[in-house]
Amino acid sequence: MLNYITSYLDKNVQVTPGQAGNIFWALVYILCVFGGVSLVVVCMNWLERKILAHMQVRIGPMRVGPHGLLQPIADALKLILKEDIIPEGADTVVFWFAPLIILLAVFSVYCVIPFGPTHAITDMNIGLLFMLGVSSLGVLGIVMAGWASNSHYPLIGALRSSAQMVSYEIAMGLAVVSAVLMTSLNAQGTGTLSMIGIVQAQQSQHIWFAFKFFPLGLIAFVVFAIAMVAETNRAPFDLPEAESELTAGFHTEYSGLRWSLFMLGEYAGMIAVSSIATTLWLGGWMRPFPNLLRGAAWDMAFSLFPALTFFGLAGLTFYGAARMAKTSFFRVQAMGLAGFGAVLGVIGLILLLPPVRTGIQDIYWFVAKIAVFLYLFIWYRATFPRYRFDQLMKVGWKVLLPVGLGVLILTAAAGVVTG
Amino acid sequence: MTPVATPFFFYMLSGLMIIGGLLVITRKNAVHSALALILTLLAQAGLYLMLYAPFVAGVQIILYAGGIMVLFLFVIMLVNLERMQKEKQFNKQWLVGLVAALSLGAMFVAVYVRGRALFPERAVSLPEAQNTQSIGLMLYGNYMFAFEIASLLLLVAIIGAVVMAKKRI
Repeated sequence: MLNYITSYLDKNVQVTPGQAGNIFWALVYILCVFGGVSLVVVCMNWLERKILAHMQVRIGPMRVGPHGLLQPIADALKLILKEDIIPEGADTVVFWFAPLIILLAVFSVYCVIPFGPTHAITDMNIGLLFMLGVSSLGVLGIVMAGWASNSHYPLIGALRSSAQMVSYEIAMGLAVVSAVLMTSLNAQGTGTLSMIGIVQAQQSQHIWFAFKFFPLGLIAFVVFAIAMVAETNRAPFDLPEAESELTAGFHTEYSGLRWSLFMLGEYAGMIAVSSIATTLWLGGWMRPFPNLLRGAAWDMAFSLFPALTFFGLAGLTFYGAARMAKTSFFRVQAMGLAGFGAVLGVIGLILLLPPVRTGIQDIYWFVAKIAVFLYLFIWYRATFPRYRFDQLMKVGWKVLLPVGLGVLILTAAAGVVTG
Repeated sequence: MTPVATPFFFYMLSGLMIIGGLLVITRKNAVHSALALILTLLAQAGLYLMLYAPFVAGVQIILYAGGIMVLFLFVIMLVNLERMQKEKQFNKQWLVGLVAALSLGAMFVAVYVRGRALFPERAVSLPEAQNTQSIGLMLYGNYMFAFEIASLLLLVAIIGAVVMAKKRI
């Protein structure tokens, strides 16, 4: 048993646990990814409210914990304790299954996301196809939720949502194919759909695909970046949940825990599509400028980034604690905030240790790139007004689709000319 | 890696397919039937995976479960379900049905009896890691003509759909 566990830790094993067929480590990875994603979703909940508030010159949640840091926990408790209502006219079985299907679809995608050359649950020959296929099953959950509620708003929301997702999937697919085409520019002339293989192709071609055949790669990346916002039903494409028209869209009739599953699915979906974009166009786990700034000194400098990030966060937290009002009511809050800062600082110190420092590199850069996307998602929501439905369809079919097709053809041509 | 618990997965997926197939024809509610059909198609994708054809499995999920069935569901949801539920579920052409079932059964029995000669002695070891690449090379190399004809057919179907759906062109 112990041998089985340690056999994967051997230096010669340079594959993911899924490929090595090691069930123990695959389970460990699954738990890590699941836990990590759930934690990020909780943090996103707080961050989104806080960032949106600051962008609109408000202060956002402030009451629960210092700067509202404990707000997500309070929210989660509220949602779990809330009564879970199933409407009388609802189709119980379908109503019950809908949020589960959304969650299943979203979390299955994480099977193939490469956080590093060996840090993925598994790597498949059809990795990218699997991701697109399974995430397209999410629309099934939305349609089921809307129909089973047996109510008008959810049904209209579900119809809008499925029409939107099916339309934008095409633009998304075309953009993805042009990136896959770029992986085939090697000696054998065959590309790959495996997520790890795609990042390795960027590594061997010494360029992120976003900058390959400039500006073709960049255009494909932008098409994908727009389509992925529409796929996740986020603002400005959040017509399925347009509050002013449809109350809450397809999950109007859901409450309590089941509603929170929809929220978890939405945020986990955002992370999933961001990681597809990162893997395909932004070099996945690679650090910035691996060729231009190479050498031991630069490696060392870049390996300090994780620790520096945490030190920066800790510094900000201490600054916030020092700025707290000096009354007795705020003393506990200031102490709590300082304690949180201390925890962040300790994490930063642990990340300074040489073995941890080198081991965490891939994961850090991958997560950092995803974090940029997640911030963009919040930024879009604060900036853009919602599209009208006909405008949404026009953007999808008359702009993104032709642009995606054109980029695909031009990429193929450029590949033939240069290859 | 070597496959794990192959019989278990085979029987589980086949069982799911049979249950799903039975639900498709016995449910009165058309939406439930469609959902059961999706279950069947997903289980079928699992069987493709077991046959070392990951690409076909992925395409099955994207096209059938993700694309076609969602559009299907989309249409069914807008149909008046109450009227549909009152209509007859089966048309009683049991004679034709019996002939069809018997001939299919006879084919199954024939394959089971003579199967040894039809199938290779032992499972061929296929390079699973090259599955997608070899399909691509085949489609765009050896079978280029057939592939292009199929795409032309699809184009004609798309144009036909647009012509039929649009009142004024």
